[in-house]
Amino acid sequence: MNDDKAAGLALASMWVGFIAFLAAVVLGVYQVAERSGTFPAIESPELYFASVSTHGVLMAFVLTTFLVMGFGYYTATTSLGQKVWNKPLAWFGFWLSVAGVLTAAVPLLTGHASVLYTFYPPLKAHPAFYIGATLLVVGSWIWCLEMIMMMAVWKRAHPGETVPLAMYGTVANAIMWVITSLGVASEVLFQLIPWSLGLIETVDVGLARTLFSWTLHAIVYFWLFPAYIAMYTLLPKAAGGRLFSDQMGRVAFIMLLVFSVPIGFHHLYMDPFQAAGWKFLHMTGTFMVAVPTLITGFTIIASLEIAGRLRGGKGLFGWIGALPWSNPMVTAAGLGFLMLAVGGFGGMINASYAMNAMVHNTQWVTGHFHLIFGGTVVIMYFAIAYHLWPKMTGRQLQSNGMALTQLWLWFIGILVLTLPWHQLGLDGQPRRISSTPYDASLVEMWQPNEVAMIVGGVILLISALMLILVLVKTHGNAQAESNLELEYAEPLHSILRMPRLMNGFGFWTLLVVVYMIASYGYPIAQFFLMETHGTVPWSI
Amino acid sequence: MDPLKHICEDPLERKWVWISLFLAIVMGGMLGYYAIASNIHPPSNVETIDSSRLHLTEEFAEDNLGVKANPDGTVTVTMVAARYGFYPPRIEVPVDTPVTLRIASADVLHGVHVPNTNMATMIVPGYISEVNTTFPETGEFSLLCNEYCGLGHDSMWSRLVVVPKNEGGQSS
Ligand code: HEM
Ligand SMILES: [Cu+2]
Ligand SMILES: [Cu+2]
Repeated sequence: MNDDKAAGLALASMWVGFIAFLAAVVLGVYQVAERSGTFPAIESPELYFASVSTHGVLMAFVLTTFLVMGFGYYTATTSLGQKVWNKPLAWFGFWLSVAGVLTAAVPLLTGHASVLYTFYPPLKAHPAFYIGATLLVVGSWIWCLEMIMMMAVWKRAHPGETVPLAMYGTVANAIMWVITSLGVASEVLFQLIPWSLGLIETVDVGLARTLFSWTLHAIVYFWLFPAYIAMYTLLPKAAGGRLFSDQMGRVAFIMLLVFSVPIGFHHLYMDPFQAAGWKFLHMTGTFMVAVPTLITGFTIIASLEIAGRLRGGKGLFGWIGALPWSNPMVTAAGLGFLMLAVGGFGGMINASYAMNAMVHNTQWVTGHFHLIFGGTVVIMYFAIAYHLWPKMTGRQLQSNGMALTQLWLWFIGILVLTLPWHQLGLDGQPRRISSTPYDASLVEMWQPNEVAMIVGGVILLISALMLILVLVKTHGNAQAESNLELEYAEPLHSILRMPRLMNGFGFWTLLVVVYMIASYGYPIAQFFLMETHGTVPWSI
Repeated sequence: MDPLKHICEDPLERKWVWISLFLAIVMGGMLGYYAIASNIHPPSNVETIDSSRLHLTEEFAEDNLGVKANPDGTVTVTMVAARYGFYPPRIEVPVDTPVTLRIASADVLHGVHVPNTNMATMIVPGYISEVNTTFPETGEFSLLCNEYCGLGHDSMWSRLVVVPKNEGGQSS
């Protein structure tokens, strides 16, 4: 195993992510079963909310952060052909994050942090929960620093050369994450930790929610970035073609960096402590963030078309059939796009200023993000694992057929889980409930969909177990992998000279900071300008 | 000349970028226009209150909660959300009449929505939520808490009855 490539670090990180994932899926199945009211024996709000809190934290913070870090280390070392900038520090960051997860796990599993993964005050969790979450984030900042430094070191050693697209995307994500996590970090450090320890008596809930919203939108792009990076830089090659445009990939990454942070404000549409003018401004911003996704859709589909035609596909759609669907990366991307197309449509409704009121905080929202996040993003995580495991372990994937079945099962399971889930939302079911003690007319209308969701959950559990099985068996495979090089896609047009703006981040970082001050400056400052009343902690 | 020319060689792709930008702007613009033209605004009154002393305020003291008809024909509903209920637990409002709901939390974060209508708001301790709406149909509706507020969150709901105009509004 070539140590330059940080395969050990990457494997360790991704394994932590996938173990968290498996545990969370088991909890997910318990949740859909409990909620449905079909099994009175397992009904308990204490257990349910401990479970949803743990499930949410494991999926949204643990799986994602560790996958981003592991994939980032491997992409950085392989695309730059350079060692990790500071390996001991990188391992320290990894262990710090692990320690954070374990610290938070204790109160979560014992029901002392059943505050859900959004931990909105004034519900108070045990301080260990906030401290654990902080350690996880600090660990991820170390990763960000490593990525930024690796690009800087490489640029110094390669003056005038173009930073590989995979690395460019990774660093865009690292910078975005540092900026966007400052919101939740200030909430936790200045408000929640001192308050949960009894050092301060009250917190301003409006301020806390505003700070949290700063993180809450861009965090989804933090999760999504590895998926996009794989689509731009690994998928075209896996499909047997070329990347349609390297520059457009950069444009998309830059736009995600610039546009995604300030629009977290849209999570406050329904909150009384922010004025309508600000909400309105941010709605327009929210639509801009659709642009990089539209660009990505176009570029990736065009790249796949190139591959299909190179492989002899003819006619308007003939190229689709000619793609190598036996390749997990290709299959995952195809299925991921289908889910994104359905989910993107729903997203437009969420983002709209007026229609949002219909679906706000209903099961529509949870259905929506399970489709996009649990579907599109996570299926690309699987594809990344299947693609990298043979390179990182030096063993062939065992087996490709099982990997493909697993991906299809995941796709089917997600649809069976999330389509009824959306319907429940339209039928008015609030999110985050462990039972339905409401009017019979409402409950009867909901019931069939609740049962369908259990079926979806079970399919997903089977799929998740298959994923783990394939990865474990690959480690022990006797068959050695012959090609250990991670091959990145070549662009269709070779790059002659990259404009400086698209080869660095100085200007863009400055732009986000200015944009952030403009959009969040007053909404945060107002809490210090007007007379507000803090709130004391409440236990669940 | 196309300003995208130097970052993107392919004319088809440039066209697509323009289409994407156009789509985003039109969608944003349309919804924005619609929101302004039909005067739909989410609750955004930015009004503070001390949630631990609601009973000492004039407006949210227990005796003053409920439905009040205003001289101009509109109706104001004052409510308190507290674990795990909305008070008063049953309100009656007239159909097709502008209703202003003013709600404050006595403890933690809550949310409220009425399924199959667009009446919804967050209820944040320390702030008053004000929603302006009209209910176009008579009937019995449920007012559900839709923000996790503790282990009893599921059972936090109350009744909203929309009655024909001449029957007026009341609460119990
Ligand atoms: C077997 C698969 C899964 C099932 C059955 C499942 C089920 C559920 C259920 C029932 C909830 C509670 C929703 C509510 O009451 O509002 C939930 C919450 C959540 N799920 Fe899943 N889930 C699954 C997979 C996933 C995946 C793959 C992800 C993302 C990677 C994910 C992320 C989340 C998050 C972040 C929450 C917290 C939501 C909140 O606190 O409102 N889940 N899940
Ligand atoms: Cu968002
Ligand atoms: Cu509540």
